[in-house]
Amino acid sequence: MKNYKTIILSNQEIAPHYYRMRILAPDYHKMASPGQFIMFRVQRALPPLLRRPFGIFRIGCLPADCDGMPAKEYIEIIYKVVGSGTEIMQELHEGDRIELLGPLGRGFELGDPAEEKILVGGGIGLVPLFMLAEELVKSSRVRLLMGGRTREDIIAVTEFERLGVETYVSTEDGSLGEAGLVTQVLERKLMKYPQAAVFACGPMPMIDAVQKICAEHKTPLQVSLEALMACGVGACLGCVVKGAGHSDAEPRYLCTCKHGPVFRAEQLDWTRLDETESECGGCK
Amino acid sequence: MAEIQLPESTTRRPRMAVEIAGLKLKNPVMPASGTFGYGEEYAPYLDLNQLGAIVTKGLSLNPKAGNNTPRICETVSGMLNAIGLQNVGVDAFVRHKMPFLEQINAPVIVNFFGNTQEEYAEVAARLDDVPGVAGLEMNISCPNVKHGGIVFGTDCDAAHEVVSLVRKRTSKPLIVKLTPNVTDIRVTARAVEDAGADAISLINTLTGMAVDVKTRKPRLANTIGGLSGPAIRPVAVRLVHQVVQEVSVPVIGIGGIARAMDALEFLIVGATAVQVGTANFVDPNAMATVIDGLEEFCQDEGIEDINDLIGTLEG
Ligand SMILES: Cc1cc2nc3c(=O)[nH]c(=O)nc-3n(C[C@H](O)[C@H](O)[C@H](O)COP(=O)(O)OP(=O)(O)OC[C@H]3O[C@@H](n4cnc5c(N)ncnc54)[C@H](O)[C@@H]3O)c2cc1C
Ligand SMILES: Cc1cc2nc3c(=O)[nH]c(=O)nc-3n(C[C@H](O)[C@H](O)[C@H](O)COP(=O)(O)O)c2cc1C
Ligand code: FES
Repeated sequence: MKNYKTIILSNQEIAPHYYRMRILAPDYHKMASPGQFIMFRVQRALPPLLRRPFGIFRIGCLPADCDGMPAKEYIEIIYKVVGSGTEIMQELHEGDRIELLGPLGRGFELGDPAEEKILVGGGIGLVPLFMLAEELVKSSRVRLLMGGRTREDIIAVTEFERLGVETYVSTEDGSLGEAGLVTQVLERKLMKYPQAAVFACGPMPMIDAVQKICAEHKTPLQVSLEALMACGVGACLGCVVKGAGHSDAEPRYLCTCKHGPVFRAEQLDWTRLDETESECGGCK
Repeated sequence: MAEIQLPESTTRRPRMAVEIAGLKLKNPVMPASGTFGYGEEYAPYLDLNQLGAIVTKGLSLNPKAGNNTPRICETVSGMLNAIGLQNVGVDAFVRHKMPFLEQINAPVIVNFFGNTQEEYAEVAARLDDVPGVAGLEMNISCPNVKHGGIVFGTDCDAAHEVVSLVRKRTSKPLIVKLTPNVTDIRVTARAVEDAGADAISLINTLTGMAVDVKTRKPRLANTIGGLSGPAIRPVAVRLVHQVVQEVSVPVIGIGGIARAMDALEFLIVGATAVQVGTANFVDPNAMATVIDGLEEFCQDEGIEDINDLIGTLEG
């Protein structure tokens, strides 16, 4: 965990409203594990005041070039422009100075290699699943079920395919892949592969539905949650979710930033998640 | 190689130490309660030993759940929070959080609150003989549940009563933290000084509200929250200015401090020390930057002791 004052290597639009940014980040391959995130300081001046959390999509390295330039390690984030902070981010260029706090939080547990691995991504929720897939394909069969409202929300799927992940796309408006919700696809897959473990990240209604399906099938599930964050390190208590067994008398709050963002389904209080998280889960 | 001799004035480092209610601080910079957890959260990013003091998240007698989410939202140059004072409770703090804090070479100031007078007094009493607790900061911006939820700090009689009661139960230096949400802060400042406060800190957050215009819902689950960050600094400087003229105990300035220049405003109007809050979220290294900047400022201005700067506002 470090705060890097660093620079942007590239920042490109990959689909309408979606951008991919590479940021110089030495030693991240040693520090980061799949599912962790960073807090991005958009600019040194205000606004915006607070840092913005983003999942790490991938860690890469520009090779050392022939003039003896050292290799450059970078992280890649993929973000959707949704508000004031991301609007400024889309205007940033190669060489611009930014700050990066991370890697933060707890990522995914890889689990038993014998299981079938099913990744469920909704829109921008796909991001933390890529590094996970990179690890999982080393020893397990991996499938990605990717859903979005429309074809523009289906991003980076070919990159998963290149890893050897079998991908299934669905869109609500039927503009790409199967028409309907990603959770329908999940139901079918779980019938076919009962010995599976599921990893999900996406909007809260999707996560909720995935949880119900996995609970019915008694399938182990890990989810990556989003929350509004101020500090990202467990100090402000702004990002909490209710843990299993929570009650007002015995509060069991968990910080999304520190105890998460990835949780095993059984760590969380699902009866209450709907009411408290719908606000900041943000369907994107 | 012979060492280059620099002129005396540029080699001597300014003295940065200040004293508050008998607490000796190596510099006047400390975190604001609730923005720095229990210290350990920021240890990977910042050497805690360089801080003037450490101030903990507010503690209550029993663990407190806090509010529903969303608990925070960003506003123009600031943020609203309605955390609801979630904390582990005083006993768990002493057992699980103090051992870490005790290793730090900076006085530990424990912030606390209650919902009744008795609760305030009981927390203070339980902290009284805890080794390693250097001082207490009493947050009086809490509703008095036995009196229709009126905030202690907005009623000078209630403030006087509760501080007097706590004063009797603690021998530690007692800092009372004022709420800015009052008509005339000088009245509360006088009341708590009279009740036995050894120092006064201000400001706590200003109450505020924000609305999501699309859903037409409040942006915080609690509807109302506390505003902090750069946006509140001018208000905080004004309130500190008013309080230092009214009381003789030392004052700690809080509100929107992110850089040395911000801290200097408070020192010049008469604060003996400052607390950095929201800025820690933006930059975990913010306090170190403030400390370095203060030292640099003193050096540049030829100030040998930072105490010579305190309360030097020109009319
Ligand atoms: C652990 C974690 C990982 C994330 N990873 C990614 C990612 O890889 N790519 C990506 O595009 N986004 C990701 N997000 C969401 C991202 O942080 C927000 O979209 C971003 O902060 C919005 O900033 P803004 O200033 O543009 O929007 P604002 O103007 O602040 O808000 C615009 C809208 O976005 C919602 N929003 C703001 N902050 C968050 C947040 N932290 N979580 C959810 N919704 C939010 C608001 O409720 C509002 O509706 C992640 C969030 C978390 C907590
Ligand atoms: C997330 C958050 C939590 C806070 N919790 C407490 C608390 O527990 N006790 C307290 O006295 N003040 C609390 N405060 C108020 C701060 O200590 C400080 O008075 C206020 O934020 C103004 O300073 P700033 O503008 O530098 O943040 C909290 C502030 C924030 C932003
Ligand atoms: S964002 Fe501050 S505690 Fe999680």
